[in-house]
Amino acid sequence: MANPISHKENFLKGIIKENPVFVILLGLCPTLGVTSSAVNGLGMGVATAFVLVMSNLVISLVKNVIPDKVRIPSFIVIIAAFVTVVQLLMAAYTPALNEQLGLFIPLIVVNCIVLGRAEAFASRNTALSSIIDGLGMGVGFTFALTLLGAIRELLGSLSLFGYKFIDADGMLVFILAPGAFISLGFIIAIMNWMKNRKRSPH
Amino acid sequence: MATIKSSFLNLLVTLTVITLVAGLSLGYVFQWTKEPIAKAQMEKQLRAIEAVIQGYDNNPVTEKYKVATPDGQDSLEFFPAKANGEMIGIAVKTKSSKGYSGDIWLMVGFTMKGDIQQVVVIEHKETPGLGSKMSDLKFLNQFYGKNPGQMNMKVKKDGGEVDAITGATISSRAFSEAVQVAYETFQTVNHGQSN
Repeated sequence: MANPISHKENFLKGIIKENPVFVILLGLCPTLGVTSSAVNGLGMGVATAFVLVMSNLVISLVKNVIPDKVRIPSFIVIIAAFVTVVQLLMAAYTPALNEQLGLFIPLIVVNCIVLGRAEAFASRNTALSSIIDGLGMGVGFTFALTLLGAIRELLGSLSLFGYKFIDADGMLVFILAPGAFISLGFIIAIMNWMKNRKRSPH
Repeated sequence: MATIKSSFLNLLVTLTVITLVAGLSLGYVFQWTKEPIAKAQMEKQLRAIEAVIQGYDNNPVTEKYKVATPDGQDSLEFFPAKANGEMIGIAVKTKSSKGYSGDIWLMVGFTMKGDIQQVVVIEHKETPGLGSKMSDLKFLNQFYGKNPGQMNMKVKKDGGEVDAITGATISSRAFSEAVQVAYETFQTVNHGQSN
């Protein structure tokens, strides 16, 4: 299949125009669950990005030898294998972060973005553009999670990446689950407002 | 998209090959990360022991042993700390299941007299910003040098002497319980031996 868009566009689309969290609204479970601090968001983002790139690559390479009927089970096995690799590597080399993220690492398997990109992109494109797509989506996901984590950490515990500015308690609600929904809602609202302002012919 | 027909044989072969390759590569990664994971866990325990007992020169993790709790329901890990072959204290890994969510694991360092040297939280799943403050020194330092035999190890709300964390009485209660269990278990061993 011919690729109508350039590699640069392919990469950039995942970051703003088709950002998995802010625009496509996929993978919201880890997005809301782990972003109580910027470090957690960054760690989760990087782990997911790794799985995205690797599964996109492998799936684009084997797409022609997989019969249609077992397409989804095959993709899931490939994705699950990479998630387990990430989990083992994190347990070995970043044990503290692994404990913080806990159950959310194995849950990358069922993250809609990963299977979504495998099905919508990697199964119809070349290996190179699939890697670029995975990278773009991964960076976009990481950006979204880190931004959300930073906002929640800043308001909730008055610190950023674990560095405390003021020795006082923040607004606790931003660390708890409702704060995740409120922050995400405001980010999406601001992004849509900016997009609409750009489009309107003033 | 797919150029291979969905015949029964093709399905069988494809899935077999994919799961086989995935399984073999996972086995390889598992072997590769086995040692670093064991090392990370050992270091984590050593860090917790270092935080609760000072001045030992042995490796308490390799000398650990298990002791049953007085009610016989569970057993706790004891990490003996020695200097020049003399016992100077014991770090007890203890837990409570009465927290707000999940188990709370603590490491409590006792001197041979049963005084608490220090307590650290190994693992918990309490609410961030509330129960999670049990890891703060502000809360932990109130146990320093106390002997649970002489101190009422209950939160003030329950008539004890422990200053609970604001808004996290359940977590504080579970924490106190875990310390108390560690002490009682420590006492059963200490009475038997004359050190």
